[in-house]
Amino acid sequence: MDWQAFWLTLRLAVLVALVLAVAGLPVAYWISFSRWRWKFVAEAVVALPIVLPPTVLGFYVLLALGPRSPVGRFWQGLTGHTLAFTFGGLVIGSIIYSLPFAVQPFAASFAAVDGRLIAASETLGASRLRTFFRVILPLSVPGLVTGVVLSFAHTLGEFGVVLMVGGDIPGVTRTVSIDIYDKVQSVDYAAANATALVLLAISFLVLCLVYALNRRVWAILTGK
Amino acid sequence: MESAVVTREGCSISARVCKRFANGAQSFELDVGFIAPAGITILFGPSGAGKTTLLDCIAGLTRPDAGKIAIGGRVLFDQVGGIALAVQRRRVGYVFQDLALFPHLSVEENVGYGLSELTGMERRRRTAAILDSFRIADLGGRKPVEISGGQRQRVALARALVTDPRVLLLDEPLAALDAATKSKIVEDLRGWNAAHGIPILYVTHSREEVFALGERVLVLENGRIIAMGTPHQVMSAPRQETVAQLAGFENVFDAVVLAIHEDRGTMSCGIAGKVELETPLVRAEVGSKLRVGIRAGDILLATVRPQGLSARNLVPGKVVSVAQRDVIVVARVDCGIEVEVQMTLAARDSLQLRAGGEVWLVIKTHSCHLMEAS
Repeated sequence: MDWQAFWLTLRLAVLVALVLAVAGLPVAYWISFSRWRWKFVAEAVVALPIVLPPTVLGFYVLLALGPRSPVGRFWQGLTGHTLAFTFGGLVIGSIIYSLPFAVQPFAASFAAVDGRLIAASETLGASRLRTFFRVILPLSVPGLVTGVVLSFAHTLGEFGVVLMVGGDIPGVTRTVSIDIYDKVQSVDYAAANATALVLLAISFLVLCLVYALNRRVWAILTGK
Repeated sequence: MESAVVTREGCSISARVCKRFANGAQSFELDVGFIAPAGITILFGPSGAGKTTLLDCIAGLTRPDAGKIAIGGRVLFDQVGGIALAVQRRRVGYVFQDLALFPHLSVEENVGYGLSELTGMERRRRTAAILDSFRIADLGGRKPVEISGGQRQRVALARALVTDPRVLLLDEPLAALDAATKSKIVEDLRGWNAAHGIPILYVTHSREEVFALGERVLVLENGRIIAMGTPHQVMSAPRQETVAQLAGFENVFDAVVLAIHEDRGTMSCGIAGKVELETPLVRAEVGSKLRVGIRAGDILLATVRPQGLSARNLVPGKVVSVAQRDVIVVARVDCGIEVEVQMTLAARDSLQLRAGGEVWLVIKTHSCHLMEAS
């Protein structure tokens, strides 16, 4: 089994989940509480990766990272190399790809916090920021965990975006799903099966965890 | 009203609030103006009258379309002057109808929540002091779900008051409590305000609370203030007696007001010097003449003296006649005045009612409808 691919995938998924756990919060807050008239447009943009074929998304991320786009040129001017076909490019593509899987559970749990609790916090003199960290966030923990776990699991199994943005460079951009694809292409079904089984097991366990959390089994397990 | 303002200029709240909600076919408009000095002012009215909207406007949670809100000389909102202080800077204590205690924080953390600017030691000292004065000092470590309803009300009050607010807004804070718990909490609240002297706006739709608490009442209906004054002044005036109303009452008597129990929201009325009835309080003086209407179907009849009743009026008498009218039995009872009582056939049979028998009439206070004497 290609443990290098496993290790790389794990690093990628953890990194993406961590970034989204932080960067997803303000986006979700804005989606939950903004009264901007055109908010639905932003909501649609955030949700786009759910419906878009990963190859389409990956294609545009590749173009954006490439030396012909302003973003790519800027990055190249800054660092001297392009992000396309690198681990960093993979991370950026995956963050965009998994964004809705973090932001939507976050936003849903923020919106579910009783508005009167937020009002109470404000009448007691707490700023928006303090209200967020002391009231909204602690009461949204199940949604936060769901979002982080889902974005982790989603990144774990992605294929299209990785292939488009990263290609298939062992140790740099070859993730588990690409590894499986390679093995099938070279008719090594036994090896493909072994790797696929592990991925299946991990995905299943992660989803079990999410649903257990949502049913508050977590509360029972931790004895709270 | 104006003279009262001058004497307590320093801390009275003056509010003039217009707020329109257009919601399809249903639209609601709040348009009120009032001044409330230190002490408890009751906002009384049915649900949907705009009481909570008014509190939200004062707290800054809802933005009025027009108006001006000020406490003493401090302007919280002024549409013309373009002033709208943020909720956080209004120094308004607000106890919500559902209390809105933070479920994930302990009692102590809830109460200390508004004291974040103080040092830890000072915060703990102030929190402990107010928990003590509201008699919940031993609950500090518990979560809101682990304490009783009355204790939660005390925590919510303490949390609002510990920040030393300039006005206290109470949205039906005690509606769910029994009378004994309620009066103890009100006592503690009055004790606190004796030292602080801020205006307290107390929203309720319960008549009993109006009479129990209020020195001043604003009656809100459909977004407008329709009356203000003492509870006695603003509560329902006796109704004009019309032919149509008269037709609904089989029993109408001339009565004289004997005593007024403002604290209980009731009065005693004498009828022909023979019978004394407890009736609801209306705007009247001792000695004034009214008429009391009682529907024959609202009177209970007992053949032995009943005990342990909630109804306040128990009048002995003798049955004069018993007659059947379709499926209703009409009994006339002489209690010094002649009263008509209606019952079912089955009730007559089980009571074995006949002329000459001794009976007791049971009449609830609110079954006595007061009307103006013609």
